[in-house]
Amino acid sequence: MKKEHEEFIDSYQDKLSAAILEEVKQSVPADITKEKLHKIMDLTLDAYMLARVNAGECVGLVSAESIGEPGTQMTLNTFHFAGVSEMNVTTGLPRIIEIFDAQKEIKTPMMEVYLKASQNSLDNIKKFALKIKETLLGELVEEYALNIFEQTLRVVLNKALLKEYDLSTKELVKLFKTKSKGFTLDVEENQLIFVHKGKPEEIKELYNLKEKIRSVKIKGLKGIKQVLPVKRGEEYVCLTSGTNLKDVLEFAEVDAERTTCNDINEVYHVLGVEAARQAIINEVYKVIEAQGLNIDIRHIMLVADIMCATGVLKGITRYGVVSEKASVLARASFETPIKHLINAALEGEVDHLTSVVENVMINQPVPLGTGLPGLVTKMK
Amino acid sequence: MMPQVHKKIISISFGIFSPKQIVDSAAAKVVTPELYDREGYPVDGGLMDLRLGVIDPGLRCKLCGQKLKECPGHFGYIELARPVIHIKFVRQVYDILRSTCRSCARVLIPDENIKKYIIFLNNLGAEEGYESRRRKIREIVAKYKLKETCPHCNTKQEKLKLEKPYNFYEGEVRLSPIEIRARLEKIPNEDLEVFGFNMAEFRPEWLVLTVMQIPPVTMRPSITLESGERSEDDLTHKLGDIVRINQRLFENINAGAPEVIIEDLWDLLQYHVTTFFDNEVPQLPPARHRGGQVLKTLANRVNSKEGRIRHNLAGKRTDFSARTVISPDPQISLNEVGIPKDMAMTLTIPERVTEWNKEHLKKFVENGAKKYPGANYIIKADGKRKTITSETKDEILAEIEVGYIIERHLMDGDVALFNRQPSLHRMSMMCHRVKVLPGRTFRLNPAVCNPYNADFDGDEMNLHIPQTEEARSEARILMLVETQLISPRYGLSVVGGIHDAITGNYLLTKELVLSREEAVDMLYTCGVDDFSRLPNKEKLDGKEVFSVLLPKDFFFVGKDKSGNEVKIVGGVLKTGSMDKSNLGQESGLMLRNIYEKYGESFTADLLGKISKLGIAVLSRRGFSIGIGDMDLSAETVEEIHSTIEKSEEEAMKLISLYHKGQLEPLPGRTLEETLELRILESLNKARNKSGDIAMKQVHYSAALIMARCGARGNALNIAQMTAIVGQQALRGRRIDTGYRGRTLPYFKEKDLSPKARGFIKNNFKSGLQPYEFFFGAMTGRDALMDTALRTPKSGYLYRRLSNAMQDLKVEYDGTVRDASGKVVQFMFGEDGMDVSKTKNGVLDVKRIVQQVVEDVQ
Repeated sequence: MKKEHEEFIDSYQDKLSAAILEEVKQSVPADITKEKLHKIMDLTLDAYMLARVNAGECVGLVSAESIGEPGTQMTLNTFHFAGVSEMNVTTGLPRIIEIFDAQKEIKTPMMEVYLKASQNSLDNIKKFALKIKETLLGELVEEYALNIFEQTLRVVLNKALLKEYDLSTKELVKLFKTKSKGFTLDVEENQLIFVHKGKPEEIKELYNLKEKIRSVKIKGLKGIKQVLPVKRGEEYVCLTSGTNLKDVLEFAEVDAERTTCNDINEVYHVLGVEAARQAIINEVYKVIEAQGLNIDIRHIMLVADIMCATGVLKGITRYGVVSEKASVLARASFETPIKHLINAALEGEVDHLTSVVENVMINQPVPLGTGLPGLVTKMK
Repeated sequence: MMPQVHKKIISISFGIFSPKQIVDSAAAKVVTPELYDREGYPVDGGLMDLRLGVIDPGLRCKLCGQKLKECPGHFGYIELARPVIHIKFVRQVYDILRSTCRSCARVLIPDENIKKYIIFLNNLGAEEGYESRRRKIREIVAKYKLKETCPHCNTKQEKLKLEKPYNFYEGEVRLSPIEIRARLEKIPNEDLEVFGFNMAEFRPEWLVLTVMQIPPVTMRPSITLESGERSEDDLTHKLGDIVRINQRLFENINAGAPEVIIEDLWDLLQYHVTTFFDNEVPQLPPARHRGGQVLKTLANRVNSKEGRIRHNLAGKRTDFSARTVISPDPQISLNEVGIPKDMAMTLTIPERVTEWNKEHLKKFVENGAKKYPGANYIIKADGKRKTITSETKDEILAEIEVGYIIERHLMDGDVALFNRQPSLHRMSMMCHRVKVLPGRTFRLNPAVCNPYNADFDGDEMNLHIPQTEEARSEARILMLVETQLISPRYGLSVVGGIHDAITGNYLLTKELVLSREEAVDMLYTCGVDDFSRLPNKEKLDGKEVFSVLLPKDFFFVGKDKSGNEVKIVGGVLKTGSMDKSNLGQESGLMLRNIYEKYGESFTADLLGKISKLGIAVLSRRGFSIGIGDMDLSAETVEEIHSTIEKSEEEAMKLISLYHKGQLEPLPGRTLEETLELRILESLNKARNKSGDIAMKQVHYSAALIMARCGARGNALNIAQMTAIVGQQALRGRRIDTGYRGRTLPYFKEKDLSPKARGFIKNNFKSGLQPYEFFFGAMTGRDALMDTALRTPKSGYLYRRLSNAMQDLKVEYDGTVRDASGKVVQFMFGEDGMDVSKTKNGVLDVKRIVQQVVEDVQ
């Protein structure tokens, strides 16, 4: 397309959305005349103005309906195979509920870690996967040998695994300093030997030690239980089960811009509300698409926006978004009415009847849509 | 006529009554637990005192002089012999007591810091709400409390404990409500600000009751049983208890009874007052009737779905409504609803008599209530209502004049709101034009089944008749079916041809050749009377017949369901056949384009014609499904069998590999999981493959036609009927073995073969083996359970969503704001477009470009 045409189209930037402009650029034939292009732009602007939402439109309820109505068509099956027999992911209705509640503990926390283009190779991704996977000592152990008479605990480690994780027994020693108080630690080739200091007492302490060292983290990031390198198109991606967004982003080779996490609360704490809002939109959209439902993204955006509007991530629950409402009666009509009425009385709250339910309760027109404009007539 | 002025409620404020206000606002003081005297007349100073309102016909309220239903009821009060803590405020009392000094009653914060904290707390309260503000106070006071002495008077503080539900202990000593009240009284007003109370209208000692308000009789009416006995409301019972104990307490105190007895009675009074407010206090046994039934007291009346708020205030009942079974009628328009005549004679529309319609309306009165287009009532100018009967008819006819309102029967063309529950979206309640029909069911065009999610297996629907001109015009303009054609959820059509309408048009446009006579006849049945566009030939192609319905200047290029091009040039269907992707709902692309170009009423009309044409075609051509449709040729059967066997063999091979330990696990999976996944994969492949074979082989059958054009059924259904039902899956896995290592006793233990784990080799036509049937039943039950569990879950999610978002609206400046004016979005959906005005969420630029480019050429 000619440059002047492109510039002309771009001059509509503050009147039309970028998506529409892009669409125009795509569909206009290259040899278009100036007059025709002007006409196209005029008509597009007209069409856009006609398609705008009317003032007073109760967009909130429409969005709620749009998400609530197909809820009955979603499957309840908690687990679903993401892609080719990768990992289990919560999908369907339970996942939607999880997101909208802004639950702190989600059922299947996951991350998709992208590496920077320059770093992207099969070798690197494998190395990286080993680096971030949380490895506990228990996973490396071949055998525990308890000697009651000598009061020792001999831990035999798997040589092959040690090599794979690029660890030596010597390096491990310092990790156990704090965990093994009351014991001295010896190292043999692939064995750790804990010897009880002082007089031999009960065997119990040895058992406790054994349990304790089993869950000592020796490598990786906390919370990342499993890492799976996968090929996505041309590049390799790390899928993790368990999340630790903050620490992952600190690696130099990680492409922080594309790396995502499905735990909204974690995104919120690490990256802030705006990121959380986008994460909600992405996650909900993913579920809805997987279910084969058609919900316009605008509706999901509105839900995400209301969850993040105060600057703090709030779930759509009685403790979250609903508790923010200005109207006492609106809150009372949702859940725990007595509590809200009592607090309102103590505080001396005034309900100004500006939203919907209160006006329904007292039989007055609702300030939405056609109930919004008032008409004053002079009576003679 | 006097202009009517409506009062408008601007705001409602909440607060706590002071003892003085309770006494001042009371109509009577209740002093005796007796209700009625010997004649059955309410006792003065009793709980049914006539000053508290009337519930008996014939009696008049002693306070306002009004009769039953006119008198709203008046509050009374009783004076409590000893103060009692209000159960709902125990928490607050506890917080206040803990944060104030036990001797000087000042807040336990040094003077110099109080101001600072008040500002801090008020800001917190405004930002995060009352709850977190209160939590913060506790934290602040706890900080200062470490010192253990009051910063104002240096008294040592004792540890205060709340023993639920309402007993306070300081150290080991129990605090009586009198002492608590005395402490609260001492708190100076300035310190109250810390707690965030509304100081002008509030004192903390009011949280301990000395007088109690008695609700009016009208909110606790008694019922007269058949035997003439009176049965009192639960609240009256409870109040009776309170008054009785209160009297006893008074007497004992006056008589100077021992402290123990008084304490006991006092506790009892506290219990009764507590259960009067809330009978579900966790640590307290609920008060019961003599029969053991739990009393329903104040809190129970407000709470929950059946409570006052959600049941009576947020949900209301209405007159002028009807409900009956629905049935389909493709002959009525999309915008119409068929209403039984009997109903039309009960539901009425009020019409005001004017000089111009007087004679017209008189005719209805003449017909009376029993002859169809008649009238049931007239309302005189002064608001009095009269029934029209054969006796009163002549009298009424004579007196009718301008200003009267006549409630006439429902007639064709009136507007009605039609609704089916569950009303999940706005298309669940649409406006229809009335069409009075014989019969006893509502009739509706099958094309609107989809938005209502209705079928005709016994569904019932509701009908409401708007009674005012404003309501009617709003319904007509905003809610009429044709205005709701495009879903606000995804911006595509929600109504469209269904079932026969699609099949008929598919056959017509795909293969039929009609004689001119037939074509004219069919078109005429669907409302076409201009045949000038029908080509002047003896034999007509189905496409030519269909094209007559399309507008002359309509251009469309699209795809049909199987991906072939559909081209309409100048209102003539050139290539392709009409099927679900152009006529159906949720897709309906051709319809969507017509809507865009020719508007809603044209689309609704066209849809009606298309549906009728489809049905006319089918009834002429004949269309029926039979078991023969499921027959396959011998070779096909052979082919399918070999496919299944092959994949079964593959599965067995995998199993033997697994047993030998040679199976390679998939990354992140155990060996067992890998085996399961690979078997499932290969068996599903077998099903799909044999389904494809069956689809290809079934050359001509009604089932196949329906599946192809998307009217009903799909390839999988046909494959299951003709070829193979396939692997049954529970929770994404094959049928699992139970505790005994096998799915059914019919199989050997640890049998991993497809057969033993829910692979159904047969098809529905050949019939299933017993064990196969059982596996099918397992998945069937799982599906049922899934639906049963999902409905309430998604219902609750929906309720929460709608409650959270119901007050969001678009302001005149284009921002989305909530009721208090907080901005939620600066532009709805980032571009301010209404989804129902877009095409699947995007503005159709291509059409504009095409239009401009082609127009000039």
